[in-house]
Order: sequence, then C-alpha cells, then structure tokens
Amino acid sequence: MRVEIILNGERIGREADPDMTLYDFVRAEGCLSVKCGCESSSCGLCTVFVDDVPVLSCSMLAARAAGHRVDTLEGLQEEAGAFIGFLADRGADQCGFCNPGMVMNTIALLRENPNPTEEDVKAYLAGNLCRCSGYEGQLDAIMTYLRTRKEKTSRLWESRCARRTPWNSCPARRAIRLTLPPGSVL
Amino acid sequence: MMTIQNYVRPGTLEEAYALNQKKANRVIGGMLWTRLENPRIQTAVDLADLGLRGIREEEDGFHIGAMTTLRDLETSQALNDYTQGAVRAAVCHIVGVQLRNMATVGGSLYSRFGFSDVTTLFLALDAEVELYKRGRIALSAYDKEKRDRDILTGVVIPKRGEIRAVYESVRRQATDFPILTMAGVCRGDGTLTFSVGARPGIAAAFSENAQAVRDMGPAAFGKAGRAGDKKAP
Ligand SMILES: Cc1cc2nc3c(=O)[nH]c(=O)nc-3n(C[C@H](O)[C@H](O)[C@H](O)COP(=O)(O)OP(=O)(O)OC[C@H]3O[C@@H](n4cnc5c(N)ncnc54)[C@H](O)[C@@H]3O)c2cc1C
Ligand code: FES
Ligand code: FES
Repeated sequence: MRVEIILNGERIGREADPDMTLYDFVRAEGCLSVKCGCESSSCGLCTVFVDDVPVLSCSMLAARAAGHRVDTLEGLQEEAGAFIGFLADRGADQCGFCNPGMVMNTIALLRENPNPTEEDVKAYLAGNLCRCSGYEGQLDAIMTYLRTRKEKTSRLWESRCARRTPWNSCPARRAIRLTLPPGSVL
Repeated sequence: MMTIQNYVRPGTLEEAYALNQKKANRVIGGMLWTRLENPRIQTAVDLADLGLRGIREEEDGFHIGAMTTLRDLETSQALNDYTQGAVRAAVCHIVGVQLRNMATVGGSLYSRFGFSDVTTLFLALDAEVELYKRGRIALSAYDKEKRDRDILTGVVIPKRGEIRAVYESVRRQATDFPILTMAGVCRGDGTLTFSVGARPGIAAAFSENAQAVRDMGPAAFGKAGRAGDKKAP
C-alpha cells in the first residue's frame, strides 16, 4: 500500500507493507536520528511527533500515520539547539544512545509547559530510559537551561528599560523573543 | 514478530464489527499490547476513523470514547476536578507520556489485564462499558466475561452527585507495572466503593458503608478479592 505523510514539512510517499511501523518508515526516509532501543514500547528512544504529539514510532503502524504530519529530530534542529549545548556541557550523555529520544521529548515538554518545575521534568521524561547515566546529568542540564533562559530574559528587559526606545523598534524585543518558547506572544 | 496482511480503516462501526467477526482479524486501538503478543493478523481493523475519541461531560455522566488515550484522561480538567485528581493518579505512572498518548481506554478495558490501573479506577467509579451490539453493561460484569468479538465504543462514568475519590498504586520502580492498585470512591450517601487490582487477578470491587470499610482495615482487601472470584452470573 502507498503511504503518504508530511515528514519534517515535506510531503513524501512510499510503498509500505501493512505491518510496517512508522519507525521503519521514517528510517527508510533517512531520518536516522530515530532509533529503536527496546522493541517493546518501553524506552522512548523511537519518539517522533505525529501532529505535534510525541509517540513511540516503534509501536505505530505507518499506515495509521498516513495523511498526518510527522516530525523527527532532523526537522527540529533549531528548537533542539536551544538546550542541547547544556546537555553536552553537563556531560549528561555517556554513550549518547538515549539522546535523540530524550531531546525529542524535552521539546514536547517545553512546548506544552514552557516553565516546568523539576518534578514536571521528571514526570514528563520518565518514559525515556537511559542505561548509562542515572538521569542526574540530564535533569541538571535542563534545569540549568531553564534558569539561564530566565536570567537572560530579565537581563534583556533591563537593557530595554535603559535604552528607553519605543517597544516596537526596540532591538531587545527580538532578542527576548528568541529566548522564549515558540508561539509566545510578546 | 507481528505480521499483518491487510490494513483497513473502516468508516462505520457496522463495517468494523463485521470485519472483527473473523478470528484471524484484529481490532487495533493503541496497538501497544497487541504488538507484544506477536500475532499473525489477517486484517488489522484500525478504529481511528470512527470518531471514538473524546470525553464528553453530560447531565448523566462522563462519556468517554473507546479511542480516548490515557493521556487524554490524565489531562482532562473536568474528569480530574470531579475525581480530585484520582484519574490522573491512576494513569500518570504508566510507562511514559509517549505511550499514554497512544494507549486507549478501549484497548485497556477490553484486555481485562490483572495489572490494569485503568480497570481498577473505572471499577471504583461504577463505570459502564458501551458495546456496539450489546449496548451498555456494567464494567464489573464485563470484566467477568471472556473476551468477545463485539466492539467497545466507549465507557460511561455515571454522575450521581458529588464524590470523593482516591487512587493509589504500589510499584517496585517508577514506570514499572504495579504490584498493587487501589481506588476508593465515596458517595454522598456514605457508601464507599473500594476496588483492588494487580492482586494478581483482574481488579475487583465491593461497595459498603464507608465507616464499615474503615473498620475492616486490611480485611477490606480480602473482601474485594473474594468479590472478584465469584463466578460470572
Ligand atoms: C510496556 C507496557 C507497559 C504497560 N504498563 C501498564 C501499567 O503499568 N498499568 C496499566 O494499567 N497498563 C499498562 N499497560 C497497558 C496499556 O495501558 C494498555 O492497556 C494496553 O496497551 C492496551 O491498550 P491499547 O490501546 O494499546 O490496545 P491494543 O493493543 O490496540 O488492543 C488490545 C486488545 O484489545 C482489543 N481492542 C482494542 N480496542 C478495542 C475496542 N474498542 N473494542 C474491542 N476490542 C478492542 C484489540 O483487538 C486487542 O485484542 C502497559 C502496556 C505496555 C505496552
Ligand atoms: S524502541 Fe520504541 S519504545 Fe523503545
Ligand atoms: S547515555 Fe547511554 S543510554 Fe543514555
């Protein structure tokens, strides 16, 4: 059967067996960030977004995704770029295998809840298993990112006040917007 | 490995029901459990296009479609207000957000898992399942039946005044299967419905005056268990 999806913004179609999973489908389209860690719906490594909702691609038929938008890490580089540096700085990854799933689900968390508490982060990422690290590094990196973003935003606000420029033409406005989650109104 | 020869997404329940009468065919909800069973499926009958997803609050109760996901339950303001967060507490430890975005209420109740948090919760809430052919029956009766080939279209939580609800589970480790599940729902007239699951049989419940249940102490667990062991009528 022919399955068409909108993959990372591009309409694509290919022949798929009825039992082909969405995981195999996006891999066949070259999205190699998507990996399979468990084959039993329990590790979160194969996370992709279907219509912006994070799901396990190893457990969904490609046929069910037909006609929907599917996004993988390949198409979300900018959003991931905001915080992956913090994971690296903290040395959170050891083998790094769990990273793509963890990053995808962190993006989903921040879209849904731009200012999560530590408990929120833990609850949202609980389904992303990491066999090396014990999760401290990842959690610390995300919390540091959130703190830094907040501090940066307030510094920019102060610089705007010092300049006394009208808001619409204030150069700080664009900079502040870049520190906020996508979709925020400013 | 799971194999599927044909994939269909019926546009009507009648069509889905007819396809599901054949033993080699299989209805697909969230597919999470199905794929772990490595079945050989002739025709996979995907229920995605039947409008079975959603939570509707009406006079008589909450009407929850079979394709509603566990995450929909978790994030429903109305359901969690009504149950003081017991619904969220029941599902929030199930694997992860991604799995809960896929696992369905229908697949969970149909499967009658012994470990099911979902069944434990809905039993205490006196829920009734809606079946395409057979209509509405109490979940407590449905749970004692063998798996049949009817289509579960939804579940109803009847509203009879305000309730106080609580849900607890015991897990060896976060996100693991529960080793004990419990739900209690207290009604205005003083009756308490107490359900226990992962015992390890399917969850079972009994109702009695709340004070009497409190006086029973741990014996209440035994009583719930015996209620579950009764043979189906
Ligand atoms: C790794 C893992 C861990 C889990 N841990 C927990 C846990 O801790 N607690 C818990 O409560 N649950 C747990 N579950 C179970 C999960 O919550 C779901 O109950 C389960 O996946 C079934 O739901 P599904 O939508 O995936 O059903 P499917 O796999 O799609 O279907 C299961 C069965 O139900 C049938 N079916 C599906 N929908 C209908 C319908 N509408 N009408 C008639 N028949 C139907 C199918 O044909 C199939 O036979 C876990 C599941 C997995 C995979
Ligand atoms: S590979 Fe999909 S959940 Fe582990
Ligand atoms: S760093 Fe190795 S699995 Fe997470």
